[in-house]
Amino acid sequence: MKRLLSGNEAVALGAWEAGVRYASAYPGTPATEVLENLAQYAGVTAEWATNEKVALDAVVGASFAGARALAAMKHVGVNVAADSLMTLSYTGVGAGLVLVSADDPGAFSSQNEQDNRHYARFAKIPCLEPADSQEAKDFTALAFALSEQFDTPVLLRTTTRISHSKSVVEVAMPSADQARAARPAQPFPRQPQKYVMIPANARRRHPVVEERLQKLVVYAESTSLNRIEWRDRGIGIITGSIAYQYAREVFPQASILKLGLSYPLPPQLIQEFAASVERLVVIEELEPFFEEQVRALGLPVIGKEFFPLTGELTVGIVREAAAKALLTPVTPVAPSAPPTATTPAVMLGPSATLDLPARPPALCPGCPHRSVFYLLRKHKLLVSGDIGCYAIGVLPPFTAMDALISMGASIGMAHGMERARVGEKLVAVIGDSTFFHAGLPALANVVYNQGTTATLILDNYTTGMTGGQDNPGTGKTLQGEKTTRLDIEQIVRAMGVEDVWMVDAFDVPAVEQAIAAAVEVPRPAVVIVRGSCVLLAEYRPQPSVTVEAARCNGCTLCFRVGCPAILKSEERDAKTKRPKALINPLLCVGCDVCLQVCPWKAIYRVIAD
Amino acid sequence: MLKIDFLLAGVGGQGVLTASDIVAEVGMAVGYAAKKSEVHGFSQRGGVVESHVRWGEQVFAPLAARGEVDVLLAFEMLEAVRWLEYLKPGGIVVVNRQRIAPTTVTSGDAVYPPEDEIAAALRRVTDNVTFVDGLALAESLGNPRLANTVLLGALSRHLDVAPEVWLSVIEQRVPSKYRDLNVKAFWAGRDGG
Repeated sequence: MKRLLSGNEAVALGAWEAGVRYASAYPGTPATEVLENLAQYAGVTAEWATNEKVALDAVVGASFAGARALAAMKHVGVNVAADSLMTLSYTGVGAGLVLVSADDPGAFSSQNEQDNRHYARFAKIPCLEPADSQEAKDFTALAFALSEQFDTPVLLRTTTRISHSKSVVEVAMPSADQARAARPAQPFPRQPQKYVMIPANARRRHPVVEERLQKLVVYAESTSLNRIEWRDRGIGIITGSIAYQYAREVFPQASILKLGLSYPLPPQLIQEFAASVERLVVIEELEPFFEEQVRALGLPVIGKEFFPLTGELTVGIVREAAAKALLTPVTPVAPSAPPTATTPAVMLGPSATLDLPARPPALCPGCPHRSVFYLLRKHKLLVSGDIGCYAIGVLPPFTAMDALISMGASIGMAHGMERARVGEKLVAVIGDSTFFHAGLPALANVVYNQGTTATLILDNYTTGMTGGQDNPGTGKTLQGEKTTRLDIEQIVRAMGVEDVWMVDAFDVPAVEQAIAAAVEVPRPAVVIVRGSCVLLAEYRPQPSVTVEAARCNGCTLCFRVGCPAILKSEERDAKTKRPKALINPLLCVGCDVCLQVCPWKAIYRVIAD
Repeated sequence: MLKIDFLLAGVGGQGVLTASDIVAEVGMAVGYAAKKSEVHGFSQRGGVVESHVRWGEQVFAPLAARGEVDVLLAFEMLEAVRWLEYLKPGGIVVVNRQRIAPTTVTSGDAVYPPEDEIAAALRRVTDNVTFVDGLALAESLGNPRLANTVLLGALSRHLDVAPEVWLSVIEQRVPSKYRDLNVKAFWAGRDGG
């Protein structure tokens, strides 16, 4: 039976068919969809972890204890888990262990474009790269077998494009024999020389890692993961992952060495391929990972001098680069940067353009983050930011964020800013899920070192940015079942923060007073701003609000809350000549933030008859 | 080799991704190798959503190339123009006559182009432009969320695929209690688009 599956859905299916018993992840591509799909399969325990290191550690434990296990995380999540990953390479596994991670060429929703194939080389573990959903399913299953065959964790690397594209997958009809019985309890295989990495054991395991890598190179020479497609031998292309698809489209006649095992590489296979083609080309997204290794074999190759290292490749970009490299006949090609939400104008033939308004992302109408960023802007505070929807706070009309680098970094950075004695009042802003992810140790650091950072924890009862996943603060599991809710207020008090404010995100004066007080106290302070994300199923909109045009004088204050429901009216105030406000009742959910911000009492709630 | 490339574009929340799933599955149902691609994430917060669907005997890249898209299905007028560069000259444009002002417009920093300028821009690339009152037709059926099914109905007129194939895919995709309404919405788009 054929089904149209995304790369992520296919990974989940492949893992399940391979008998995965435990999966853990922190949300983000690919983890969100892989885990949400795995959670639906019988016989798999799937969990949200507080962060990627915790996820990988739990998966390591499950693997050591004999259960096939899978961890999934964003490319940057592997940075968090890297401490464990590097030594996991030494211990090897028990049952098969697969780490699924998606790079984000183009940085569609990430803070960088790092190439995680480097992690495979760094940790000396195999890296598999599927080029479509069928391969995503097949390679995942194979990754578990490889993990056990070579006693190694396996990195399955996708990209955002592979994870989110759908293509046809051959699916066996789910049958009864695939529904797994619960695994009977088994004793832990006690092998401290293998699993306890004290220095003496680590020294003994390091040569094992090197021997394993040599065996993997031998495997790489013959595995069906790598294949040569012989066509015309004038051009030979080494490629893999999504770049393979672009190469096929741009060079339909060229011979291709497709590398499904992108680490370690097969030197003999590459040499043989190179010897049989006139010109050797490497086409790969992001880093010259294949290219540098091919050059190290002494082979002349056309690569990153034409095919860009930054951004996502497209057929257009590959075609353009191929023409520049004189690999294809030069034909006029359109410039290839795809239009984005911020593309200012579109060329319409040689002469005409039409100015297109940009459509940047915005906080949703009713978003609980709106009042906070309106106030941070109003009081011109220095804002140390974090990863989440609230990063939109850096965009107009708020422009109220001054630093953002990684999950949980807001609190640590704010502490350093304070220690550097910036002469400004400052706050750290962090979401609930991000606080549990990496904010806890950073807040402990502030308290321990007697810093005065004011931390605003924006608790919207969900992991909003990734589509609304549960976390330890929500009281619900991945499967939506009730569990212990960790109380953020109790936690910060237990950490020794004495100055704690709990405020309703939609009570603007209360939020304002709490922030004003928190930045003044000469001690660590925390303001917990609570309000539900509007994307939650439980969210109930209130009746919309409206503008009484006669009272509105176009003061523009309500425009500064950056709400998509608030429009500039065509009617202008007679005195100020400025446009009055208008509210779109279809978008307004009655959060009342604009109503509280209006100094002229021109906004009021519509009560239905 | 036969191929049809689609680009579906709109604004977060309009049902672009569901509609593109349906287009891809219709392609599969009539025997094409289908691929579709979009990126989820920030774009859903009121931003631009675009999804590529490709039908063909063999499909490699999940994204269609600029200037080669056969069919542009726009859920919003501004987005029709934003993605116009992907359309091949003379390609098919089906555009929902709906304006969703971005925050740059509502804040007064930019101007939403008038409909006649949008229509003129589209017609500079192709004569094959159809405006559909998707939202109005959906509201007349009692639910504005049916607009994407109305648009699929309007799109279906331009393709050599039996309406029954579309309907069977749509019926599988929507909750059973909305099945009849979606069938009506499809026909409203196909007959009136």
